Amino acid sequence: MAVTNVTSFGRSGLSDWLVQRVSGVVLTVYLLVIAAYLLFTPEVDYASWKELHSGLCIRLLTVFAVLSLAAHAWIGMWGVLTDYVTVRLMGPKATPLRVFLQLGMIAVIFVYVAWTVAILWGK
Amino acid sequence: MLKVSIYRYNPDIDSAPYMQDFQLDTQGKDIMVLDVLEQLKAEDPTLVFRRSCREGVCGSDGVNINGKNGLACVTPLSECVKNNTLILRPLPGLPVIRDLVIDMAQFYAQYEKIQPYLINDTPAPAIERLQSPEDREKLDGLYECILCACCSTSCPSFWWNPEKFIGPAGLLQAYRFLADTRDTATEERLSKLDDPFSVFRCHGIQNCVAVCPKSLNPTQAIGHIRTMLLSSGT
Ligand code: SF4
Ligand code: SF4
Ligand code: FES
Repeated sequence: MAVTNVTSFGRSGLSDWLVQRVSGVVLTVYLLVIAAYLLFTPEVDYASWKELHSGLCIRLLTVFAVLSLAAHAWIGMWGVLTDYVTVRLMGPKATPLRVFLQLGMIAVIFVYVAWTVAILWGK
Repeated sequence: MLKVSIYRYNPDIDSAPYMQDFQLDTQGKDIMVLDVLEQLKAEDPTLVFRRSCREGVCGSDGVNINGKNGLACVTPLSECVKNNTLILRPLPGLPVIRDLVIDMAQFYAQYEKIQPYLINDTPAPAIERLQSPEDREKLDGLYECILCACCSTSCPSFWWNPEKFIGPAGLLQAYRFLADTRDTATEERLSKLDDPFSVFRCHGIQNCVAVCPKSLNPTQAIGHIRTMLLSSGT
């Protein structure tokens, strides 16, 4: 049962599973906060949006939500790829293809996280 | 006349599997799917399937009946026939040996992994290891499994990773021994289940629950294992 889990997110199936639940909750909270803001703000324009994101709390919540999204997406996509892009289903070309897709995912996730921080704290 | 369509494959003579149609006069009786197979086999002795007890006890005649896994011997036509048609295929996801007979090696390999026997290294008492009626009750809904494989072969997670994901049948038995108060290997058992595949490939699709001919609930057992993993903090 020793399965190589070097490419999974955490050290065990349990921690991956926990991260998945917790990040799901964080994302739900964030969505509710944003939805509430959009609903109860009479006029949403650039100024009010910028005003909202000037608070430290919302910035931290946003960063937290994006980090949750990154973890959630990584674990979820890792699961999907190890279900479908496998030697069992696709033959030997599956392994290089999966590694390629996973590297691509790392790149995309990294860009999103860095971009978020840059937007929130950039000039 | 009932139309019966059966998956046929004999690797010695067929280059590919095909569906063969039969007509059967059931004389209006609500017989079991296994009776249909027996009657057709009397006509065509080359038709191959497994059966033994013919009363839902041995678990050998799991087949895919009109798209749903079940035991042929305890599935009456009234429960499965649609548009006067009965379609029989081997349980999905495992290699076919011939016709409705599949190679269950992968399924048993997963069962073996969970060490399906009592482990207790304390000295054995003179007669037997006693258990209170309450503790014994914890095994209800677990020990009844007949290893028919209807559940595991209906589980997409088992189809995609049959060598890494233990599957609902094996996990139900894993929990059967985790829940047994006479077993002393709980921690070792849990530590072997903590990788991302063995238990955690279960996504709660519950196909297993929908097909179990013994009305057992592997999803619930898997939930219990998760809770045990969580509280043991491995
Ligand atoms: S849990 Fe049910 S469906 Fe699965 S092997 Fe046991 S008896 Fe068969
Ligand atoms: S609940 Fe889990 S074990 Fe049962 S069919 Fe779904 S994924 Fe498979
Ligand atoms: S023949 Fe034994 S379970 Fe059906």
